[in-house]
Amino acid sequence: MTSLSPPKDKIWWNEPIERTELIWITIVFLWGLVMTFMMPFWHVVGDQNISSETYKTTPEKFMQQTQAFVDEYTVRKDDGPRQYPVVKPPPGGDVYLVARLWDFWPVVELKKGESYRFHLSSLDWQHGFSLQPANINIQIIPKYEHVVTFTPNKSGDYSVLCNEYCGIGHHMMIGKIIVVE
Amino acid sequence: MSEQFRICPDTGLKLYQSTETLIKANAVAAVVFLLVGGIYGLLVGLTRWPAVHLLPADWFYLALTGHGLNVLIFWLIFFEMAVLYFASSVILGSRLAVPKFAWAGFALMLIGALMNNYIVLSGEASVMMTSYAPMDAHPLFYLSLILFAVGALLGCFVFFGTLVVAKEEKTYEGSVPLVTFGAITAAIIAVFTIISGAIILIPTLLWSLGFLAEIDALMYRLIWWAFGHSSQQINVAAHIAVWYAIASIVFGAKPMSEKVSRMAFFMYILFLQLASAHHLLVDPGVSSEFKMFNTSYAMYLAVMASMVHGLTVPGSIEQAQRAKGINAGLFEWLRRAPWGNPTFSGMFLSLIGFGFLGGISGVTMGAEQINILVHNTVYVPGHFHATVVLGTTLAFMAMTYWLVPVIFRRDLIWKGLASWQPYLFGLGMAGVSLFLMGAGTLGVPRRHWDITFSMTGGEVYEFPAAANTLLALNGLSVALAVAGGAAFCLIIVGSLLFGRKLGPDEKLATPHIATPPSDADYEKLGNGITVPGTLVLALVFFAAFAVYYFINWKYLAETWGIS
Repeated sequence: MTSLSPPKDKIWWNEPIERTELIWITIVFLWGLVMTFMMPFWHVVGDQNISSETYKTTPEKFMQQTQAFVDEYTVRKDDGPRQYPVVKPPPGGDVYLVARLWDFWPVVELKKGESYRFHLSSLDWQHGFSLQPANINIQIIPKYEHVVTFTPNKSGDYSVLCNEYCGIGHHMMIGKIIVVE
Repeated sequence: MSEQFRICPDTGLKLYQSTETLIKANAVAAVVFLLVGGIYGLLVGLTRWPAVHLLPADWFYLALTGHGLNVLIFWLIFFEMAVLYFASSVILGSRLAVPKFAWAGFALMLIGALMNNYIVLSGEASVMMTSYAPMDAHPLFYLSLILFAVGALLGCFVFFGTLVVAKEEKTYEGSVPLVTFGAITAAIIAVFTIISGAIILIPTLLWSLGFLAEIDALMYRLIWWAFGHSSQQINVAAHIAVWYAIASIVFGAKPMSEKVSRMAFFMYILFLQLASAHHLLVDPGVSSEFKMFNTSYAMYLAVMASMVHGLTVPGSIEQAQRAKGINAGLFEWLRRAPWGNPTFSGMFLSLIGFGFLGGISGVTMGAEQINILVHNTVYVPGHFHATVVLGTTLAFMAMTYWLVPVIFRRDLIWKGLASWQPYLFGLGMAGVSLFLMGAGTLGVPRRHWDITFSMTGGEVYEFPAAANTLLALNGLSVALAVAGGAAFCLIIVGSLLFGRKLGPDEKLATPHIATPPSDADYEKLGNGITVPGTLVLALVFFAAFAVYYFINWKYLAETWGIS
């Protein structure tokens, strides 16, 4: 009798279970409970939990909101090659970041230790918000406005890379976030 | 209705003519698409090696699309059709139900796969396997996948029909064998998967033709992954059925207990599909409760099932070896296993790679918050090259070596190369998996042509130097794995064309299937812990899992606050 032949007893349910299997099933089941517990536990004690606050939007509406945000809080032109506006919102305030074929707009300047409500959406296809080197990765979906609060814990220059394939210019899609002390 | 059949002189299996021809056709198609997909894979790996950077951008994205579809879909599902026909008609010794349907299914799959390769190669469908709306491909791209899926669905129905025929005609006694039970699991998941695929791909086809105004991008992701991830669960169920089959073929092993192994398969049917939500862990509009419930597959019961198979498959081998008297110490049973037999070595490397690399990484990054660290980085392809390539593909390769003399009646050529092939392929693919996961932890994005950002006019991000090193090591590993894959294709195709023909009653020089130990042999093992070696291996696995899991939470705690 093997795994290629019918079981010895038609009612295989009544066969005894081998001791090692019982030990292992117990360990693995408890481990599953630990892992199940970790996720809600992190919502209570952890500082890294993505909000699910989301609104339906349109590319036009989201672009308008971003333009208003840029108009209100721009402090200078970025000294990088693209000369994008550098926008410095007040701590605790809202940040609008547009993802589109193929860049992120505008450049944002944040203060370390302060929290900001980021509004993320795409004007066209799906994109990825990959903040490096902080290693934070969030999906960006057109017509959905995702509101996520970020609290930077280190100062420096950060890049936003697109890590959702978005056509032939995908590898040109890059943005910038500056965190100051 | 009496159909022609023969009895295999080596294995005693009853082989019906139409079953044999269908298995041959599906297996050959599978290997051809593996070859095509492997060539694309080599081009992708060499392009991502920064110092080589082989292809221009448009060809890179084209090759990556073709790579995914050919190996992840066409190679695996053609082979799975062969597995389903083997697990029903051959193992149960029954004629195949309506072979005409099976041929219609095969034809649809072949047309779909060829049409897909044509449209991808034309450059009008470089949208990756996921083809995320609203990015659009040529309508033929969606149509080709629908045709392929309908073909596969027909194959599943023939499989279920054959189970009914076998039961009616009493070709076996009692319950179906465990391997067939595993194949049933795969087929049930396949039906769910294909229906999900139809629900999303048919509207997407209509949208690409202009009959529908819009496809909601979030809805597309939710339903597409019910198709995309579940199709990987077909692979898991099928390759675990193959592990059990090989343990029986090589060692004459029997399941440690039928109940545990079968319940573990049953857990897959109940819970594996929930894992589709893994792909939406950092998406907008999806609640944390939804993410936590689904990503844990309802408290990790399907993960438990995989970990159970991971114990019971080597455990059944250890029991069989010990029953035969290979009993010294903890590991003599393993040391004295036939490591030169590619059917065994391929299966065992598949087991280790799937568990240690694919399993641990997959469950860890599937935790809701940890996913933030790795979503859409090359960590993800690193993970699934361990599950689908090291796990499924290597298991299927191992099975193929055994099937060639049984089904095709040819002796294998180049047996020396064949005994090395699983190590070559396995080592290469383990490298691909590890180095991609390493680069992914450094944030390297997946599906990305140029991480030096040479085309952005000076706006760049400089990855740590280690990222370049890891991608170079990945390129070398790809070359090694492709050499292993090419060796496999050469040996199999060469054997079918030039291998020595075996006469109808001719037996192979060495026994092709092991004689199972007797009940009396098994009784000598006693009632306590009969597989101490396997238990030690399992505990090592568990320790590695737990350490890696908590390291990732610590790593997560170091980044920005997110709420």
